[in-house]
Amino acid sequence: MTPATAEPRAIRWLLVALAVLLLGAFLLLPLAAVFTEALRRGWGPVVAALADPDAQAAIRLTLLVAAIAVPVNTLGGLAGAWCIARFTFPGRALLLALIELPFSVSPVISGLVWVLLFGAHGWFGPWLQAHDVQIVFAVPGLVLATLFVTFPFVARTLIPLMQEQGRAAEEAAATLGASGWQSFWRVTLPQIRWALLSGVLLCNARAMGEFGAVSVVSGHIRGETNTMPLHVEILYNEYQFVGAFAVAALLALLALVTLAAKALLERLGARRGGMA
Amino acid sequence: MSLAVRGLVRRFGPALALDSVDLAVRGGEFVALLGPSGSGKTTLLRMLAGLDFADAGTVEIDGHDMSAVPARARRIGFVFQHYALFRHMSVFENVAFGLRVRPRASRPPEAEIARRVRALLERMQIGALEKRLPEQISGGQRQRVALARALAIEPRLLLLDEPFGALDAEVRKGLRRWLRELHAEMGLTSLFVTHDQEEALELADRVAVMQAGRVVQFDTPLALVEQPAAAFVAGFLGGAARLPAHLSGGVLAFSGLPLPPLSAAALRGAAPPEGAALAFVRPHEWALSPAAEGEGNARVRSSRPAGGHAHVELDLAGQVIEAEAPHGLLRPGQPCRLEARQARAFAAPS
Amino acid sequence: MKRPRRRDPLPGFGLSLGITLLWLGGLVLVPLLALLLRPLELGPLGFWHSVTEPRVLASLRLSFLGALAASAVNLPLGLLVAWVLVRYRFPGRRLLDGMVDLPFALPTAVAGLALTALYAPNGWLGAPLAALGVKVAYTPLGVALAMGFVGLPFVVRTVEPVLRDLPLEAEEAAATLGATRWQAWWRVVLPALAPALLAGFAMASARAIGEYGSVIFIAGNTPMWSEIAPLLIVVRLEQFDYAGAAAVGLAMLALSFLMLLGLSLMNRLWRRA
Repeated sequence: MTPATAEPRAIRWLLVALAVLLLGAFLLLPLAAVFTEALRRGWGPVVAALADPDAQAAIRLTLLVAAIAVPVNTLGGLAGAWCIARFTFPGRALLLALIELPFSVSPVISGLVWVLLFGAHGWFGPWLQAHDVQIVFAVPGLVLATLFVTFPFVARTLIPLMQEQGRAAEEAAATLGASGWQSFWRVTLPQIRWALLSGVLLCNARAMGEFGAVSVVSGHIRGETNTMPLHVEILYNEYQFVGAFAVAALLALLALVTLAAKALLERLGARRGGMA
Repeated sequence: MSLAVRGLVRRFGPALALDSVDLAVRGGEFVALLGPSGSGKTTLLRMLAGLDFADAGTVEIDGHDMSAVPARARRIGFVFQHYALFRHMSVFENVAFGLRVRPRASRPPEAEIARRVRALLERMQIGALEKRLPEQISGGQRQRVALARALAIEPRLLLLDEPFGALDAEVRKGLRRWLRELHAEMGLTSLFVTHDQEEALELADRVAVMQAGRVVQFDTPLALVEQPAAAFVAGFLGGAARLPAHLSGGVLAFSGLPLPPLSAAALRGAAPPEGAALAFVRPHEWALSPAAEGEGNARVRSSRPAGGHAHVELDLAGQVIEAEAPHGLLRPGQPCRLEARQARAFAAPS
Repeated sequence: MKRPRRRDPLPGFGLSLGITLLWLGGLVLVPLLALLLRPLELGPLGFWHSVTEPRVLASLRLSFLGALAASAVNLPLGLLVAWVLVRYRFPGRRLLDGMVDLPFALPTAVAGLALTALYAPNGWLGAPLAALGVKVAYTPLGVALAMGFVGLPFVVRTVEPVLRDLPLEAEEAAATLGATRWQAWWRVVLPALAPALLAGFAMASARAIGEYGSVIFIAGNTPMWSEIAPLLIVVRLEQFDYAGAAAVGLAMLALSFLMLLGLSLMNRLWRRA
């Protein structure tokens, strides 16, 4: 006999098989294709493609951009989460909506807005030119575009959790004599650490993998303004498929590591508190 | 330690959570704030702790105005309704927190902290749990940890918000008695919030009954039961029947009910002015006798044993009345004669 | 929670709000203001001509219809995956769960490259499909496929928590009242999930409309046929037509906003009915 809320065994297995099959074909096959294409001629060309000076420069630039964008958005996200989740004030809902706004904006638009501001024909373009400052088609532009697309990650991971936790723990700390900083470092931060780490991780993955937004502001100068995803595109358009897939495989590896770490953090969070 | 609250007002938007509250608590007293939900008890408690601030009025402790003193400098222990334990810290670390966050100059050395924490945990009978995380212990144990944590700062005043609200009945009973003893032994001054009248009457030296942001009466449990100062208190305590009545010429007549009128001499407490009134009759204040079929003014709906007497539910012209009667006097369905032996009356609200 | 006052026991309201406003204003609001104001240079008529050029209209149509079609296909697929993940225990469930997030984590350019390799006429899936006469890569179908790829996690991750919180009692009650399993599912489960499905559909569509990296490799980018709106922004920027590029961007945002508004209205009507 099957319980009232369970499907017959056969249907259950059919549904599971269908889900596994469809997800496998839809999501896993592309991933497999990347690694297969990269290794089509063995490890030699892959290593060569990654050791290429332009590829090395792209990797360094990607790391640099992420190293600036992720901390800025982490600090901003923490501040935003603190005031939204711990206080009520007029305009709170609007502030929350605005923080999430970049998620619903096309990556291309996320790059475009910086060109509109700082490009040669942008609002501040002539002034920047007169003072010999380059933002668009240079590293600052890449950082700004990356900041825009990765803007909400940390805040969005923290806010629901902190709202659920409520103010009680910090209030208790206050009645026990803790100062604001003591309360933040000893009570708030430990309670959100896993979620914070998870948000930072996602933010970082997006920062390193972003394509559309940085493509618009990059100018595609090899060795100077090419991040890894842009390098993939250039190689692909030059029919250097093995090189393109080799760099792509490296990026895919980053995604897999991020996913694994995120799953681990969620389990830690579920066990030790600190994540919903 | 003495606490004086004067004219405390707190508005939430248009709503008045506290409407000019006055309260004076002496050192060593165990005081309950009793009232239905939304009556302002918790708001008052939070203001005493410095977690919320008044729109008007003052809070004084030992004669010092507290309005400029932040929560962390008040040295007032607060036990939160859901305990608000730090979930990432062990029981030991939770209790040690208040000592560890002290400024370096007044922070006890590590050995002294450990000694004091362990002594408190022993006192709370949870010494074996010191390494556990809050999620690994039971509700009653969490309650004790929260209490130990609040006591670790050697508070001048201990505040407890619905201290037994989240516990099941069995644990609740045991903890109640234990808390009462703890209060006496440690020489604390405590205020706790509850909506359970039995709890308030059993535990507290004095009970402040709150209604709609006001303290309606602040008195000993006995005085509250014997001399309720307002219709709200008389109705809130003791399961009294609330009956519309009219007082004129020294006689209280029950309006719309087939009950014999009551002489004003049988009224307990001060008699209200002549005119429309509300009468309250407690279960043991009724006189009951069986009547023949077709006679009597009420009918027995049910009768259940309750201790030394029977708890009888009567149908009085459609209104349900609860009364006490000797065992075996009345059977369900039987007609009977019902009469109030005594009552309390208050002027009817206009 | 309460209104912050002079002596709120929790500190840092002013500081954190200040940082937040600075961060939000500088990185999001001012740039978006430029997007809002730059098209004004064209004048109302110029703006209208700029966004109603046949090539622009064709690209907007492809971006929106492609996104809606892809999300519509993702609805049953996402529901199936969410159902299996929440209700069944089977070996590899955790792996399947992690797989769902792959499109979130995979850089879009990598996804684009991978899908192209897979569905190209000589690819693992492209070859058999081509034998059946179905051409995927370099057609609008390929565009929709890539959009479906990036949108799927939104549907699954929106439906999943609602399904998990759905009390089994409701279905048990339906069963005690004589409903068959299918009736209980159709009349009890599905209506309860409908708002989440719609929300997931809206989020997946919004993401797909703006998608760039995953799409441009497989799209082939033939004007009037397989060219998406974000690409047209890039094309106009390369011609230094800033106002024209901003106009397309603004049109995309406005249409997305209208679509989301429509969907949320639908949701509200649904709940009332």
